[in-house]
Amino acid sequence: MSTPGTSAVAAPQHAARQDGPPAPQDALPAHFDALIAAGETIEPRDWMPDGYRRMLLRQIAQHAHSEIIGMQPEGAWLTRAPSLHRKSVLIAKVQDEAGHGLYLYSSAETLGVDRAELLDALHRGQQRFAATFNHPALTWADTGAIAWLTDGAAVINQAPLCRTSYGPYARAMRRVCQEEAFHVRQGYDLMRALCEGTPEQKRMAQDAVDRWWLPAVALMFGPPDTEAGGADARTAALGAAVSRRAIAWGIKRHTNDELRARFVDSVVPQAERLGLTLPDPAIRWNEERGHYDFTPVDWETYRDALGDDTHWARQRIAHRRAAHEDGAWVREASAAYAAREDADGRTEEPA
Amino acid sequence: MTTTSDTAAETARTGQDPDLAAHLLRLGDDALVLGQRLCQWITRAPTIEEDLALSNIALDLVGHARTLYTRAGGLDGTGRTEDDYAFARADREFTNALVTELPNGDFAVTVARQLVYTHYAVLYYRALADGPDPDLAGFGARAATEVAFHRRHADDWTRRLGLGTPESARRMQAGLDRVWPYTAELFEEDDLVSRLAAAGTVPGPASVRPSWEREVGEVVAGAGLTVPAPRWQARGGRDGLHLEEFGVLVAELQSVRRQFPGGTW
Repeated sequence: MSTPGTSAVAAPQHAARQDGPPAPQDALPAHFDALIAAGETIEPRDWMPDGYRRMLLRQIAQHAHSEIIGMQPEGAWLTRAPSLHRKSVLIAKVQDEAGHGLYLYSSAETLGVDRAELLDALHRGQQRFAATFNHPALTWADTGAIAWLTDGAAVINQAPLCRTSYGPYARAMRRVCQEEAFHVRQGYDLMRALCEGTPEQKRMAQDAVDRWWLPAVALMFGPPDTEAGGADARTAALGAAVSRRAIAWGIKRHTNDELRARFVDSVVPQAERLGLTLPDPAIRWNEERGHYDFTPVDWETYRDALGDDTHWARQRIAHRRAAHEDGAWVREASAAYAAREDADGRTEEPA
Repeated sequence: MTTTSDTAAETARTGQDPDLAAHLLRLGDDALVLGQRLCQWITRAPTIEEDLALSNIALDLVGHARTLYTRAGGLDGTGRTEDDYAFARADREFTNALVTELPNGDFAVTVARQLVYTHYAVLYYRALADGPDPDLAGFGARAATEVAFHRRHADDWTRRLGLGTPESARRMQAGLDRVWPYTAELFEEDDLVSRLAAAGTVPGPASVRPSWEREVGEVVAGAGLTVPAPRWQARGGRDGLHLEEFGVLVAELQSVRRQFPGGTW
């Protein structure tokens, strides 16, 4: 469905970029660089390099899509949550994710695309979401493991984005991060309850951690971008180049591998407190580095195993598309009603 | 009057009132079962805003069920917890009105179900707020405020769909037609409710029916639609006689809990 209102949001930006007088145009890149160097935010009306806009749009859209698709594995357990307290917590969490999706789509819209276009790109498989969610949530404990590990990884990934250089994204991320941190605590609490329960409950918790550890540690942080992180020289060079560019523009602040290491450092002691074993025998404290060692991420394996053609990747998109298509008549009705109200409002205005 | 003071004295002495407990369970079951149905929408709604709105409503409803169940557990002498009521009863022990368990259908059926329930619930909870029991009155006031938001959501959608496109108007009318035969049960006064109402413990649901009919009539007419006049009216939910689909709803609700006997959550 086309949303007539939103293209108007994009129009002034393109106009500003194209209609700017030629002489100051030359000064614009310098001004942009100066803002970045000074740690100031870039705002929608500021000039920005096309590459910057494209990189941001790709990242924000992927992030928004991940929130929306990420509702599915947990959403499937809303009707089965084993206590009314846990049910309330899970409803609130999934509701937060819908809210995050909305903030992020709004941020993306400031870059001159509308939500309908972004959703269309998601449904056509032209834009991606976190491949972590191409993983099934098979038991109730999976909802805890997702909140604790996947959201835990997201918080570490996203905390620096609260200071990212693009203003609307940074502001959205501040709200997102506050809520995500709360989800992680709730996920940990859910796992703690299972670990303190019956042996069967504890087995369910361990099984969930066995299945969600690698998706979190591998897929939530993106490909290795340092040789130390396990990439071969070519992949590392490629990843590092992208990361360098993103860091220079202030979009990212750390390499994928730095953030991954920070995640492992935070989770290992938590797992020990829970009495759960992270499924990586290589995890041990490295006194010299002051970090935990862990098995380098075999990125290709994960990308292949959870790629676009797998059952779950297809299922996530099919579920989204079905909701979108089933709701088309509702959105059409809503648009027709709004148009009629606008028209009525206009005719009444002169009085 | 003797009955009233006897019941009040009995309640004061023991803190128990099995009739009131049974009535609160009905209201709690209405809220939980409708909340469960709305949970089935989440990730499937027509827009992300609706995923958010429906989850928000579901969350409030589960909250109402928790308060009502907890109070019932104190009144029926069993000391049961909110989770005992939700997860350890059999299908036939649930006493929600059938309208709350109606399958979601399309978005218009869900809106119609929300319309009839929310107008009833705001009116009835407000009436509870004027009752003699301070806890229940407090709950009624708070819940009525929350459901008033759900009611606005339902009113807005009824209007939007009724006046949107020919297809949405057709579906909205079909939604109303689908749910209307199940509305009378909300106002039904059996012996239990009659005793409570006579004792002045709670208002009789029939007392709010005229206001309900006026309110929903205005919304439906304002949406260019017709209030259905079904010849047949369903009943049975208050006696634990449900639709066949209800067994699946309860099985799903309780499945994890029942797979792990003795579990703590």
